[in-house]
Amino acid sequence: MLEVANLSHAYGDAPPVLSSIDLEVRPGELVSIVGPSGCGKSTLLRCIAGLQAPTAGQVRLDGKPVDRVPDNLAVVFQDYSRSLFPWMSVRDNVALPLRRRRKNRAQRQENAMKALESVGLPDAAAKYPWQLSGGMQQRVAIARALAYGPEFMIMDEPFGSVDAQTREDLEDLLLRVRGNSGMTILLVTHDIDESVYVGDRVVVLSKGPARVRADLWVGLPTARDQITTRELPEFVHLRAEVGRLVRGREAADEPKS
Amino acid sequence: MTAITGDHPAERPTGTNGRRRRPTGVPGLRILTGGAARLWLVALLVGCWEIIARTKQDAYFPPPSTIVRVFHELWFSGPATHLFLTDKALDDFQPSFVNLFCGWALAAVVGLALGILLGRSSVAREILDPVLQFGRAVPPPTLIPFFIVVFDFGAQMQISTIAFGVIWPVLLNTADGVRTVEKLQLETAEVFGITGAARLFRITLPAAAPKIFAGLRVSLGFALILMVISELIGSTTGIGAHLISSQQGMELPEMWAGIVLLGILGCLFNAVFALVERRFLSWHSRARGLDS
Repeated sequence: MLEVANLSHAYGDAPPVLSSIDLEVRPGELVSIVGPSGCGKSTLLRCIAGLQAPTAGQVRLDGKPVDRVPDNLAVVFQDYSRSLFPWMSVRDNVALPLRRRRKNRAQRQENAMKALESVGLPDAAAKYPWQLSGGMQQRVAIARALAYGPEFMIMDEPFGSVDAQTREDLEDLLLRVRGNSGMTILLVTHDIDESVYVGDRVVVLSKGPARVRADLWVGLPTARDQITTRELPEFVHLRAEVGRLVRGREAADEPKS
Repeated sequence: MTAITGDHPAERPTGTNGRRRRPTGVPGLRILTGGAARLWLVALLVGCWEIIARTKQDAYFPPPSTIVRVFHELWFSGPATHLFLTDKALDDFQPSFVNLFCGWALAAVVGLALGILLGRSSVAREILDPVLQFGRAVPPPTLIPFFIVVFDFGAQMQISTIAFGVIWPVLLNTADGVRTVEKLQLETAEVFGITGAARLFRITLPAAAPKIFAGLRVSLGFALILMVISELIGSTTGIGAHLISSQQGMELPEMWAGIVLLGILGCLFNAVFALVERRFLSWHSRARGLDS
């Protein structure tokens, strides 16, 4: 599905932010990328999404080089309040990307309503985004990505700006949505627990410049639960391992997969 | 380039406590009731003027009651079928209004188009910035002699004067609004394949709308000023021409009536514009009201 080969990026003459990143995501996988704050996670996502051209290396989606945003890719940004358009109702926000799918107005509205139902917000359709709580706004952003019907979804710290309870709800929503749609998802987070809880794989980045430090398989059962999954020994072990990798206490020669 | 944001209602939270979800009642009605509460000072001043003018009997300062009577006689004592407008009212108002709105609309269309271009292209901005700064700095009435040479006296000259004079706030505010659209909003549009005209009309212009409206509002005020000036200098019709002819005939109450009329028109245009702005920018004021 997605292949990132030898990707490096530097802003101007500054030291590189990304250094020789190799990454592969297979169809239907949910891969978490975790790393210390400011390690260049967002830059990596922007390069993968085609929003930014890397200084070196290549990104391929379905074998095709990514030089602009592919039309089977959606992005959910962290800053939902800026990413949703305040002059449009929730329904219009969700229906907006469907214009590219060459659907008529009635179809767009219908698809938007379905997407809103799938995130549990059918009643908010006529409201404006700024009338909703942060968690609800991010649900709208997810609904918009779903309505677009992409095969690949990129999420840039999507739950970074909401409270802990909402965050757990949104994580479960993400797992449910992914179970229903079979989308391939790449999720960037700085939350170690989250990376393990939602991921099939966790890719750990090191800081300055970002390199892939480890690529770990999450062997947890597919059906996950906020309480029981988090108390499984495998979960506890894995999050400790990821935690050490992120904080850099483990030797840097951790095997790459 | 700096933009005029100004202190206009769209930037203030609606509702009295700023936390209301919806402004209650009809906005126009609230303007009227809000205005009535503050009118006592106006009434007091007018009352004082009336008393002083009647005691002094100064020809230059007729009492307000005389001005109101003349005002009514001149323009609003016509038949009901003409909405009480007199023939003189039609003769005076029509050319003034046509010039005002043609000039303003022309400035709005051209200013918007050039502003979008400047906002989108940093190259255009760098090349044109000195020209724009100079153009903006030229006091608009100084162009009247030039337009008289080019167009002779008449509507064309007046419309050109108004359009050239009031284009700057629209142009500069549009450029600023378009240039400062949130990067994330544009990237979101890019991700979802909203490009070209769809991006312009659904993302860029709505995002810039608060600044564009602020520019349009300032322009409308300038347009009224330039309308009068252009009529004072080179016209035989319109409200400005009425002022000049009553001044030359030493008809002071008639002249004062014209001044009052222009004041009322200024308020009226502003109020109508505020209503339109509320209609289009309610999302903006309401979102800000909730955020703050």
